[in-house]
Amino acid sequence: MDRFILWIEGVYQSVFSWAEKVYQSFYDAIVPDQRYLAYLSGLKVTIIISILAIMLGIVIGITVAIIKVTSTNYKLKFLNTICNTYITIIRGTPLMVQLLIIYNLIFTSRNTNEMIVGAVCFGLNSGAYVAEIVRAGIESIDRGQMEAGRSLGLNYMKTMKLIILPQAIKNILPALGNEFIVLIKETSVAGVIAVTDLTKAAQYIGSRTWDILPPLIISAICYLIIVMGLTRLLAVFERRLARGDRH
Amino acid sequence: MVLCGIDETIQKGEKVVVIGPSGSGKSTFLRCLNLLELPTEGEIWFEDYNITDSKADINRIRQKMGMVFQQFNLFPHLSVIENITLAPVKLGIMTKEEANRKAMELLERIGLTEKAEEYPNQLSGGQKQRIAIIRALAMNPDVMLFDEPTSALDPEMVGEVLDLMAQLAAEGMTMVVVTHEMRFAKRVGTRVLFMDEGKIVEQNTPDEFFDHPQHPRLIEFLSKIL
Repeated sequence: MDRFILWIEGVYQSVFSWAEKVYQSFYDAIVPDQRYLAYLSGLKVTIIISILAIMLGIVIGITVAIIKVTSTNYKLKFLNTICNTYITIIRGTPLMVQLLIIYNLIFTSRNTNEMIVGAVCFGLNSGAYVAEIVRAGIESIDRGQMEAGRSLGLNYMKTMKLIILPQAIKNILPALGNEFIVLIKETSVAGVIAVTDLTKAAQYIGSRTWDILPPLIISAICYLIIVMGLTRLLAVFERRLARGDRH
Repeated sequence: MVLCGIDETIQKGEKVVVIGPSGSGKSTFLRCLNLLELPTEGEIWFEDYNITDSKADINRIRQKMGMVFQQFNLFPHLSVIENITLAPVKLGIMTKEEANRKAMELLERIGLTEKAEEYPNQLSGGQKQRIAIIRALAMNPDVMLFDEPTSALDPEMVGEVLDLMAQLAAEGMTMVVVTHEMRFAKRVGTRVLFMDEGKIVEQNTPDEFFDHPQHPRLIEFLSKIL
């Protein structure tokens, strides 16, 4: 019986000291030298890049999508080819490689802010995916809607603006929200072009403490909180949009 | 080739009914009239204008033609009254107040004024199609084109739509109607066309058409459906 109690005590001691070590390593990753500020500043960079990038991505995406949709009607063949090439290249090459190429292209000529370069690159990348989202949203609207608008005497642009696009947005926004969430996570590779985003900040702290796991876990938790928050927000938004669709 | 050698004239005030089997080109023929389909050869003249000319302002021309579709094609994101007033207002033909007034008049005519602020998905098929008809009427067209307007409706609702169309006919509207409703053709039509494989095979006044068909294909068609 005594041996059993001793064994229980031994297990207890090991678990306790393991828990203490884990606590200590997380503490070291956050508190000394105000390290938590590093996470916050990394988080700030991540958020800024994400927001700038999605805005750029939306502008590029809508333009490209409209060109692709209208080129079936008018003779915009040349612009259409450019758009298709752009989309093929962006979707055909890894994001990290795109980042590195653009960074090296720009940095050989001027001294620019890496964060802006990163935002532009992520924006260019996002644009290709947003273009497909917008195009799919527009093309999912029944042909009859365009025919009805045109048969009333509205021209192509007016029909697009008043009839097609307002309906397409209902389909586009959820997919766009998802793209934004993916983008936020993708910004974690920005470290390769010397941008101190959240992931890079965690890696930096890990190199100071010689224990990289706690900082990485902390950064993962940050991403998780942001994504879960956005997902919840998106769900509320989608429910609001669907309110008009009673059948 | 969907259409072949069609050469027709439709006079003001006529009610031309086009019937025929599927694939005969009757919908294509109708849709050519407002250039929803583009003919590869030939010309279409509307009120002394060649609408197939490349310089023609098709949008202007379409304002004078109303079209009613089999699938109604109401705008689901707009209320009933917004559906009706959209084109007149956005094309600068009427002010918002004038358009609203006209829309309410038209809604009153079909007894649906209480539906003005509702959305299309809250309406029955018959209501949707009648609203689609007055949406086209709001533009004061010179001709109304109907592409199988009752084919997608529950049988109970077909009557109310056909009644509205008959009223329009009685008021003198020029109409071209593609339909399977033979009784409507008899009741309202001034001329019935039978199309088969892209050609107008026979045409006549409704009585002669149905009582004394000449072409064997028409005789066969009528025997199967009457």
